[in-house]
Amino acid sequence: MGLISQFFKTPSWGVHPEDHKRPAADAALRVLPTPKQVFLPLQQHVGGAARPIVIVGQRVLKGQLIAEAQGNISAPIHASVSGTISLIGDVTAPHPSGLPLRAIRIDADGEDKWIDLEPAADPFSLKPEEITRMAAKAGVVGLGGATFPSAVKFALGKRLKVTSLIVNGGECEPYLSSDDRIMRDFPEQVIDGARLIMHAIGAIEALVGIEDNKPEAIAAMREAAKSFPEVKIRPVPSRYPMGSDKQLIQTLTGKEVPSDARAAEVGVLVHNVSTCASVHKAVRLGQPLVERIVTVNGGAVAKPGNIFLPLGTMINEILDFTGLVETPARLILGGPMMGTPLAHNRIPIVKGASGILAFNAAEALIPEAGPCIRCGNCTKACPMGLLPLEMAARIRAHDFEGAESYALSDCIACGCCAYVCPSHIPLVQYFSHAKGEMYAAERTKLRTEAAKRLAEAKIARIERENREKQEAAAKRKAEREAAKAAAAQVSETSAETTQGVTL
Amino acid sequence: MLFSVGSLALMGLALGSLLGAAARYLAVAENPIEAELQAMLPGSQCGQCGYVGCAQAAVALAKGEAPVTLCPPGGKATVEALAAKLGVKVDLSTVSDDGPRIAFVSEEICVGCCRCSKVCPTDAIIGAAKQIHNVIREACTGCSGCIDVCPTEALKMNPIPVTLQHWTWPSPSSAHN
Repeated sequence: MGLISQFFKTPSWGVHPEDHKRPAADAALRVLPTPKQVFLPLQQHVGGAARPIVIVGQRVLKGQLIAEAQGNISAPIHASVSGTISLIGDVTAPHPSGLPLRAIRIDADGEDKWIDLEPAADPFSLKPEEITRMAAKAGVVGLGGATFPSAVKFALGKRLKVTSLIVNGGECEPYLSSDDRIMRDFPEQVIDGARLIMHAIGAIEALVGIEDNKPEAIAAMREAAKSFPEVKIRPVPSRYPMGSDKQLIQTLTGKEVPSDARAAEVGVLVHNVSTCASVHKAVRLGQPLVERIVTVNGGAVAKPGNIFLPLGTMINEILDFTGLVETPARLILGGPMMGTPLAHNRIPIVKGASGILAFNAAEALIPEAGPCIRCGNCTKACPMGLLPLEMAARIRAHDFEGAESYALSDCIACGCCAYVCPSHIPLVQYFSHAKGEMYAAERTKLRTEAAKRLAEAKIARIERENREKQEAAAKRKAEREAAKAAAAQVSETSAETTQGVTL
Repeated sequence: MLFSVGSLALMGLALGSLLGAAARYLAVAENPIEAELQAMLPGSQCGQCGYVGCAQAAVALAKGEAPVTLCPPGGKATVEALAAKLGVKVDLSTVSDDGPRIAFVSEEICVGCCRCSKVCPTDAIIGAAKQIHNVIREACTGCSGCIDVCPTEALKMNPIPVTLQHWTWPSPSSAHN
């Protein structure tokens, strides 16, 4: 009883913004006609960029490997359409900086012909490592937005003996409904994917947390999970940021992930519902991650809804498909709270892109920031229990160490503090700025240390070379003298022998 | 009243003389801060500060003869560390940190003379005789020692290009002011 009431108790943290999910969430899923070109960035995940293994002019089929994973934490990239590689060059990154990112361009032939796939007939008879290997091969990454390579997480979960898998169907960001749609339309894929992940990590149960503002998704998932008692559907209160892993873990299990620790260390692993569906496709169908559902929403969109499309589609093509009622005042990739502002619409959809928001002028309005009045609203809203006002004051004075003493690194950049701030202070930007500066300082320090090591190594090398030269010269000299002495002796003895013969 | 004043004064006198004696008899001949300061400097002995090497720069810093902003390759991080160690206040915004610069080789001009790789303190330049040389970005400290020795002016100092990995959010306060 206590446990159940705990589930339905509204948490004290977080905010409850108006969700704007409907009518987009209720519109039927639409499929985008194959675009003429796709741009597949080599880095769509956390970790090392993938390395292209195709050349310009090469013909590729849908699902064909075009860039392989590089390093321990990385993910491969596959062709999302069939066609011809026409360019390996730069494209604007789906990143607030708008810097270039290396990408492979494919001119689609319109046939959408899949490469021969290798589905696993009975995946539950396979070894857990085999599921992990298949997920890695398919390039599956966390689709909730973090884009961490899933296979790496599976291996970590297995190593740390995780007992519960938490399936994240929170989708707490306003405007977005791609996870809602996947749970309504393909619940059996999500459940099967969750069971495959449980097999891969050796978990005994899966808790599916779904915010209670998605009753249709809850009903569909309950129906699909009926015959699997180990998969439990758990509605959670609609509260932003419920979809953040630490908050969802706490709501579902009552466990708090310690600062500086990972979720696996408290015996749980969190995976998004869309990630589960891609694991299902990777294992059961052998399909790599080349398509996803993207929410297109916002006041400037004529027909908002969810679109199923190949990765690498340019955002302008998607907006052409849904239509615009006006020129968007702002474009955002992801949700309004944590999404990435985009400079223009010639940016490709990547694996972690859950939505495109085209805001009209009213939605895009950013009020001018005023001074902090120390009302403390931000401290009440912060889901991590931090003091945003204290941190921001220190960062404003360039005192990053001081901000860190208030546990800046525990900030999840959810934006609750900035949302409730009556003075409209862009608190999250302060925190992102400080984190970036501290990271840069750390990197400079490492660089300086490395330079020092290199300089010392060079000095040692030159000393060694000089010593070796001297030794070699001394040796040569000794050899020369020895040879001279020997030659003198030989001439002496030979003189004696000749004498002997003559006698 | 008198008793407490007297006892405190006595204690002060006794402890003070103890400290004075300790300072005299336990004094360390070498200034230990020099070694600590030297450890903070890049150690590439590039000479951009005007001293022969990092050790000499550390001595000057310890004596207070050199400003903490003396080391261009160290950047803001080194300035901050030095200022904290020496207990001096420094206005970081005045530190001209136009981003670290590193050497680049124009491949079409390089004749492969190997002079630059010989002077590079961190072995950041690779190449062999009559082969085009190149700079390993990660290892270059930006000391610009190679620039002067190049006979064909194939080497120049460029800012490190900003990449997605290096980019950081600007401070919102800079936008306000």
